[in-house]
Amino acid sequence: MTIRIEELVDDRRVVICCGTGGVGKTTTAAVLALESARRGRNACVVTIDPARRLADALGIEHLTNDPTEIDQKLWADIGGEGDAVVPGGRLSAMMLDTKSTFDLLVARNAASPEQAKRILDNTFYRNVSGALGGTQEYMAMEKLHQLHDEGDFDLIVVDTPPTRHALDFLDAPKRLTRLLDNRVFRLLMMPTRAYLRVASVAVQTFLRTVARVVGSEVIEDVVAFFRAFEGMEEGFRTRAQVVGDLLADPDTAFVLVCSPRRDAMQEATFFAQRLAEAGQSVQALIVNRVHPSFGDEAPAGLRAAAEALRQSPGEPAARLAALYDNLADFREIAGLERGHIEALRDRIGGGTALAYVPYLAHDVHDFTTLHEVGELLFDTVTAR
Amino acid sequence: MEVAEFSSTSRVVIVAGKGGVGKTTVTAALAVTAARAGRSVLIIEVEGKSGLPAMFDAPALGYEEIDLEMRVRARFLTPDAALVDYLVTHGMKRISKRLATSGALDVVATAVPGMKDILVLGKVKSIEESRSADLVIVDAPAAGHAVTFLLSARGLLDAVRVGPIRKQAQDVVNLISDPKRCQVMLVTLAEETPVSEVVDTAFAIEDRAGVALGPVVINGCFAPLPVAVSANAEAILDDARACDRFVSRREADDLAHAAAFLEERRALQGEQIQRLRELLPLPQIELPFVFNPDITRTQLDTLADAFGRGIERL
Repeated sequence: MTIRIEELVDDRRVVICCGTGGVGKTTTAAVLALESARRGRNACVVTIDPARRLADALGIEHLTNDPTEIDQKLWADIGGEGDAVVPGGRLSAMMLDTKSTFDLLVARNAASPEQAKRILDNTFYRNVSGALGGTQEYMAMEKLHQLHDEGDFDLIVVDTPPTRHALDFLDAPKRLTRLLDNRVFRLLMMPTRAYLRVASVAVQTFLRTVARVVGSEVIEDVVAFFRAFEGMEEGFRTRAQVVGDLLADPDTAFVLVCSPRRDAMQEATFFAQRLAEAGQSVQALIVNRVHPSFGDEAPAGLRAAAEALRQSPGEPAARLAALYDNLADFREIAGLERGHIEALRDRIGGGTALAYVPYLAHDVHDFTTLHEVGELLFDTVTAR
Repeated sequence: MEVAEFSSTSRVVIVAGKGGVGKTTVTAALAVTAARAGRSVLIIEVEGKSGLPAMFDAPALGYEEIDLEMRVRARFLTPDAALVDYLVTHGMKRISKRLATSGALDVVATAVPGMKDILVLGKVKSIEESRSADLVIVDAPAAGHAVTFLLSARGLLDAVRVGPIRKQAQDVVNLISDPKRCQVMLVTLAEETPVSEVVDTAFAIEDRAGVALGPVVINGCFAPLPVAVSANAEAILDDARACDRFVSRREADDLAHAAAFLEERRALQGEQIQRLRELLPLPQIELPFVFNPDITRTQLDTLADAFGRGIERL
């Protein structure tokens, strides 16, 4: 039984768009939220780093911590004849502000406003919330959880940060908890200098070396941070667990966005395997930038025709030869791309919805073009 | 400009651009181009996994250099590996493993933002100084990370006042701000968003990081057909009759659609290339679209041919 992409936007509560950088994740997330709203639901898209024109179209020029509702007039009346929206739909969007999401999380978990302030003012904390790899992913999930709990959205679509590898998304939150749990640095939370007494010789050497390389004030910041953070790790761990549960919820769907190139396909395979190990599955595979097919002739036959025509004299023959070669080129790439896509679906296993979005003649940065992609998505779902 | 001359303009070329534009492909094609001109090339991949070895039909990369083909070697250089290397070469071998495996590196690297980039670029610098290759090509991290990657050394100089890391940062700044030693080659596609982003990146890199920019590589440009054709099924059927060849109506339609698609893509790409030229006063090198989703050695030759022609036109 194949899942249909329509089901994802009609029935699920959370859709997470994953994939490597540059495959159209942000656009796909916006498309899914738009289509859900057009089908009568209250949908919200959480974007990470949209291209400027898309951000403008969604009315999210600035980082915000709360979704902004988009005027229905902008996205409801864009379809053609007989393409009416289901009444009652609403659409909101936001661009994730990683730092203020983290600040809020600290404030909520702190035992007192003083503890929160000590953390928020710490240099090391500012680096964690602003620059640590993985924080963005973690905060995207945190935000998702807040919106899920506190908002009244029927569907939240989350874009994930642009990384070289799709897998980074799954590994990222662990990096932050690993940092907060770090054994060596937890020793530092002990009262001043006491760590040097209880820590093993190895740890002492280690800390001295680190201080030598990066400077002792850096270590002092870190110590101050871990000391200020004391007592909050448990809250963070519990929170991470709760967010993890939301990802495992049957109402949450993972959508893998990729392009038909070999490396993107390999990456997608790894990602699906990792999800499977975590007891979850990729529910839809959306392949962007697929070349059109142009008929069903085999490239070899077309090449032979081109070759024969090249032997013939005259301009009409030369023109035909060029046309046959061109068609052969496109037939070849279309065949290879479809081969990759089918192989990927076989590896991921049955039940995964599959949709192609062909190469479009224009950029996708407004509601009309987003909706165009939406129609293509729903159109190409193939049964299995 | 001769390819040989171009490949000795600077010893280090950092290939940067947003995800999906083909940085690794351009890196590989540039390596082949320089190797053909007799230069020895070392490719450095800064992220663990890479599509690079597959293009040369070689095994996965490791921290040790491997030969991809004659005069082209490659290795990866991740921050963790660069840190261990740094500690070992600075007499701190004993703690190096511990730092990397305990996860403490994450803590230290977070405490000193940009440290990972400094470690990687610092190692690139020592490779450059060792003269083990005529040309070192760095396949930079994806997306906006390229700007951070290049800015981190300057940022760190402001933040850390003393110590070996500061020295390392100073060395990196000296390397990347010297056009004779290092240049950045930006890669983009002839599409609206990638063009807008490459322009932003170019200004950010030049103004804030003080790095010299080489030519912009525009990847995936569709070549024109060798003769002018009409993307019209009737005209195609006329031509078929004129040279006594049977072409079915369906086939004429397929031929026409494919030609029209090519024409449309070419027109759009032409507009964006022109737009890029107006927005960014850098020389351009166009690489052709490859009709294969997988780049293999054969495609690299095609791309290197175009690269060579592009360089000669500079």
